[in-house]
Amino acid sequence: MLNFTIRRLILSIPTLLFISLVIFMLLQLAPGDPMAQVPLTVPPEVKQKMREALGLGAPIHVQYFKWLYQFFVVEPSVFIDFLTNKSFLFGWLPDTHFSMTIDSVTGELVQKQRVISWQTRSPVMDIVMQRMPQTLWVVGLSYVVGILIAIPIGIYSAYRHYSLFDQAGTFVTMVGFSIPPFFTGPLLIVIFSVSLGWLPSIYDTTLIVDSWATFKIQLMQMIMPVMVLALQTTAQISRYMRSAMLDNLNQDYVRTARAKGLKESVVIMVHVLRNSMIPVVTVIALGMPAIFGGAIITENVFKVNGIGQLLLTALFANDLPMVMTLTFIFAILIVLFNLIADILYGVLDPRIRYD
Amino acid sequence: MTALAPMAFADGERGRDGQLNIIYWQAPSIMNPFLSGGTKDLEAASLVLEPLGRYDEKGALVPYLAEEIPTVENGGVSEDLTSITWKIAEGMVWSDGTPVTSADVKFTAEYCMHPEGGCAQASKFGGVKEIEEVDARTIKVTFENAMPNPYQPFMGAQSPILQKAQFANCLGAKAPECTEANFNPIGTGPFVVKDFRPNDVVQLVANENFRDASKPAFSTLTLKGGGDAAAAGRAVLETGEFDYAWNLQLAPDVIAKMAEAGKGVPVSAFGTLVERIEINLTNPSSDLPPETRATLAEPHPILSDFKVRKALSMAIDRALLTEVGYGQAGRATCNFVPAPALYASDNTECLTQDIEGAKALLEEAGWTDTDGDGVRDKDGMKLALLFQSSTNAVRQDFQALIKDFWQQIGVETELRNIDGSVFFGGDPGSPDTFQKFYADVEMYANNFDGTDPQAYLGSRRCGAEPKPASQWQGENINRFCDPAYDALLDELGRTGELEKRGEIARKLNDMLTKDTMTILPLVDRGRVSGRSVTLGGVVLNVWDSELWNVADWYRVN
Repeated sequence: MLNFTIRRLILSIPTLLFISLVIFMLLQLAPGDPMAQVPLTVPPEVKQKMREALGLGAPIHVQYFKWLYQFFVVEPSVFIDFLTNKSFLFGWLPDTHFSMTIDSVTGELVQKQRVISWQTRSPVMDIVMQRMPQTLWVVGLSYVVGILIAIPIGIYSAYRHYSLFDQAGTFVTMVGFSIPPFFTGPLLIVIFSVSLGWLPSIYDTTLIVDSWATFKIQLMQMIMPVMVLALQTTAQISRYMRSAMLDNLNQDYVRTARAKGLKESVVIMVHVLRNSMIPVVTVIALGMPAIFGGAIITENVFKVNGIGQLLLTALFANDLPMVMTLTFIFAILIVLFNLIADILYGVLDPRIRYD
Repeated sequence: MTALAPMAFADGERGRDGQLNIIYWQAPSIMNPFLSGGTKDLEAASLVLEPLGRYDEKGALVPYLAEEIPTVENGGVSEDLTSITWKIAEGMVWSDGTPVTSADVKFTAEYCMHPEGGCAQASKFGGVKEIEEVDARTIKVTFENAMPNPYQPFMGAQSPILQKAQFANCLGAKAPECTEANFNPIGTGPFVVKDFRPNDVVQLVANENFRDASKPAFSTLTLKGGGDAAAAGRAVLETGEFDYAWNLQLAPDVIAKMAEAGKGVPVSAFGTLVERIEINLTNPSSDLPPETRATLAEPHPILSDFKVRKALSMAIDRALLTEVGYGQAGRATCNFVPAPALYASDNTECLTQDIEGAKALLEEAGWTDTDGDGVRDKDGMKLALLFQSSTNAVRQDFQALIKDFWQQIGVETELRNIDGSVFFGGDPGSPDTFQKFYADVEMYANNFDGTDPQAYLGSRRCGAEPKPASQWQGENINRFCDPAYDALLDELGRTGELEKRGEIARKLNDMLTKDTMTILPLVDRGRVSGRSVTLGGVVLNVWDSELWNVADWYRVN
């Protein structure tokens, strides 16, 4: 298993490099201009100067290799420096300065150039880290909530196949599948914020939870986005759970278990459920990168300015370094979670061996 | 500064009204207006950074950091209009307590004029020859030529003053590296940045060193960004979560419906933004080689005829378009320069639709429907036009209505819409930019900064047209070329007297509109924002930042 993991990890390096090249070329080919949002009152020659200041004049391969260097060398070294200098965990290690370089003109110690966003002129990774908490809170929690609701529904729907509960469950999941969040989101806002006035329609990313009162506010502002997203997750996972349970319920080993006189709850919850979880766990693992990717539409509807909203605004502003970095981080996560899903298969099902 | 606030509210201690919540549906990305031309960034920065003078809601100049607005009469502007001398008012301090000096002002110019900085406001410093510090509070700007409008540098939201001490190491190519300074600039304005989260939210607190001890009335300010105009409108007008929402570009009935909730009211004001149809005077046919396509070498086979252009204008019902698209936030107009009053021509001829007159004009020009298919033709060529615009719900409604108007006079129109980031992107490689104009007519909106239309009118100068030699950059979208127009422009550039400038500008406006029908203005678009019923002191200003007088805002109980 270890061999397999190492082999896969090494193989993923050329894969990721190829992905980064494809993303870069696609972004180069895409139409658009980072200056498109600048008002028409700014003369064209000024816009041209601004483009040059962003480094747009450089040849394409230079831009690509510059990004590669910044992303794979400078950013990790900045992270290591942060760990050794400021972090709580590794702060005891001697301070490192991997990301620093001597300025050729002044001779001062300055930081190497990081991946800089065109819109904000600040390091992309700093903004990504700033956006992580709200995305993980809202999107991550919705995933957990969705799974917690979906699994019991899936189990019971399969056990009471074609019962009223199953039909209702199928109906709700179909609704969840087919109604997009840009409809359910505003609908909830109109009901709970505008008409009833119970919940805020705008998420406050600056809220610091340090007391019961603030915890309550945090809970209230999270409910709507979390439920909108959880509806989607529930719809998907409960269908998988139901079909996996159905596959197993007709197996011989289930009949044997019942024949042995085991209680029905033990048959279902121990024997059937464990075997049915194998495909479901992979689906859950493969869905993980999407959490980090945020929920572009839902984040925008509720103004939870997380990673999804960041990607969207960057796309609108043609902020290529930001779009490139974000999509590449998603690519890394997808490759990583695919690997994790494959390993989980082996862990859950001893019959599957890769070596 | 404004006499609008009743005395009972204008007095009191700083920070008495607590928290102020503002929502901008486009989130600010940076607090340095010199590195971003985006309106959202300029306005967010205007809470902190201030210029020497601003424009008020009527477009008049008011001093901010300066003692007074320099004019020829008070000796601040030289008789030959080549220099302007500003004097910083006494006792002006930065939020860190240090005094504002002429060194800061001079440094700001150096910062923006640096060739490698990519300064978004470089045009404000165009024509500046020299900037001298006369003494600690006096600064003299000398121009290369006579500047009838010398209020370009250090005036308005586009050109505020930066603190030299903070930005000294951020010149030129280093400008983007100063993230800390770009996010937390030290200013003289009523608020100080506490926490800046790019494209998300800005938290500010009252400036303890602000020049007026009773202002601002709010102790903290949150400027939230993101979402869309509808959500921003809802948060102010319907749920009351926010106090002020910027630029509510929504259908008039949507805003009216939201306002019924009674939590807030829409406020509107008119500036110079005009939605117009630009006519291509050159031939955009794809049969032509790329070197001459849509350039002066190939006049347009149909639209070079004044009568056709006039007929196209006569067929349009501008009042209907305004009602459908903008409601209270729009006024039908025939002018390229609709405001300020001094420069606005009394041209109203186009406001009445005249289908029959348009038909007669086309007959006169030789366009008749010989084959009875409902589309006029002449010498075997159909009167068919390609009409392009950017993707936007209101624009597509307009396109459909105009297509219908033109169909009534026997003109066939093919509609096209292009995503705004491409259309306005200016990529010389793309065939779809508004500059390249590979279409017969196109529609978009434009305006000018400040109150002086000289540069705006100058955009239609012969030679300024986008062409292959200029990488398709240029502002003369119509490829309009008239020596008489250029001569009049030169005269405008030499004239300092306001009355005379107004007269020339109106004449130039008429040359582009009613005399030649090169530009068909449709709607003078106002700005609509929303304020909570509990927020007082808001004076919507289209000539400067909307937040220009935030120091005077207060809570109404």
